[in-house]
Order: sequence, then C-alpha cells, then structure tokens
Amino acid sequence: MKKSFLFISCEEAKHICDKSQYGEATGWERIKLALRLSWCRVTRAYSSKNNKLTNTIEHAKVDCLKNDERNKIKHQFDEELAKHQ
Amino acid sequence: MANHQLNPNNWINLYSDYLFNYTISRVNDRAMAQDLVSETFLAGLKSMKNFKGEASERTWLVSILKRKIIDYYRKINSNKGKAEVRMTYNNDSESEGDWLEERVADPFDKTAEDKLENSELGSAIYNCLSKLPEKQAEVFKMKTILGYDTETICNELDITASNLWVLIHRARTALADCMEENWF
Repeated sequence: MKKSFLFISCEEAKHICDKSQYGEATGWERIKLALRLSWCRVTRAYSSKNNKLTNTIEHAKVDCLKNDERNKIKHQFDEELAKHQ
Repeated sequence: MANHQLNPNNWINLYSDYLFNYTISRVNDRAMAQDLVSETFLAGLKSMKNFKGEASERTWLVSILKRKIIDYYRKINSNKGKAEVRMTYNNDSESEGDWLEERVADPFDKTAEDKLENSELGSAIYNCLSKLPEKQAEVFKMKTILGYDTETICNELDITASNLWVLIHRARTALADCMEENWF
C-alpha cells in the first residue's frame, strides 16, 4: 500500500475539514481525515476550532442579503444618491 | 472624541448585511426587512446634514433603523387593533378535560434572553466578517450563511472551485481567531 494512499498532509487534512463543514467531503476523505486526526495535534486543533465556528454560526442564526436583493437596494439607493451629488 | 465622517458611496457594501441581519431578527419577514434597510439608507442620505460625527457611521445608521422598526410595529399594532379576535375559554361541560394548548408554555419557544444572546452573537460575527477582505467575506457569506452550493458560487463570482476553497479556508481561519478573541 502506498503511503499517500491513506496518509494525507496537514494542508490536505485542513481542506477536507473545511469541506466536511459543508457536508461536501466524501466518505473516503472523511476516513483519511479521521486517521490524520488520530495522531496529528495540529489537525485536531484546527478541526476543533472549525467545528466550533460552524456550531456558533448555526446557533446565531445569522442571515444576510442575497445578491439580487442587495442589488435592488443598491439600485434604489444609487438613484437617490445621484440626486444628492 | 473621534470625528467620524459619512461616506454614503460605501454604505451598501459595508453595512447592508449587518443592518439586514439586525432587522430580520426583529421583524421576521424577509421582504419587510429589505424594505426597512432600504428606507434606512434613504433616510440616512436625507439627514446627512444632521450627522454630528460623534458616533460611527454604522451606529448612526442603526439608530435610524431602530426608529424605522419601531414605526413598523406601531403601524402593525394600530392595524391589529381594528381586526382583533378575542379568544374565550368557556367552562362548559363538553370541553371539560380538554387541554388548553394555547395556554401551555412552549418549552422550545425562544426566550427573550436567547434572542438577545443570538442578536449579540450575530453582531460579533458581523464585526469579525467586516475585518475580512471583501472577496473572502462575500464567498463565506454565500457558502455558509446563504447555503449556496459550490458550483453556483463559482459561476456567480467567476472563480474556480479550488480558488473558492482557498478563500473559504482563509475566511474561516480569520473568523475563528477573531471570534476566539471577542466571543468565546
């Protein structure tokens, strides 16, 4: 078995960890991440921080404007702004 | 005391999401929240001459928005009074033993304290988001808050998937550090 087949770099582990926050990591990627997490303190610290951020944002229920909604507000505002300048 | 300046050209980019999040948590109606934010910017523009520079631009806009939200509730309440339906809980024998569910406190209902904490947490997140480079903040909001899929964001912003993940990674790292410092 090739080492790179199962063992991943810290950077790759962080990338998988980011993807898994959005449910976009594949099953195989999650296995590779779990293996790395079992022995790498740096990955573990990153993963813990990342999970905490996800939970915090979910808990806060923050919302923001969609691009088309923002553009509509901007369009109205720009028309008015032009009159003031 | 710092003498703050107004620069309306940047208002939409800098404050629209913050004001929208502030509003939606209070009025719970997306379309109404957009209208109130839009009205706030227009009212700000009209009353620029009244700005004394004692508060920051954002604080000043929030104070205008607060008045808009109060006006909105005043308007609703004055309409509500006209169409009020009074509920009566009768004591007749047929309904004896029925649970008056409307009177039972819902344990899953949000308390005022929860809402206040969420509102403060939302402000803390937006404060941290405002420190990110514009592109990182935009990608993060689309991916995390609006829940868009990777392909949609890449098409809309004309970036590659790997570029998106780099931006997400940088945004998440900076945000986690900022939240660690200011909230956790």
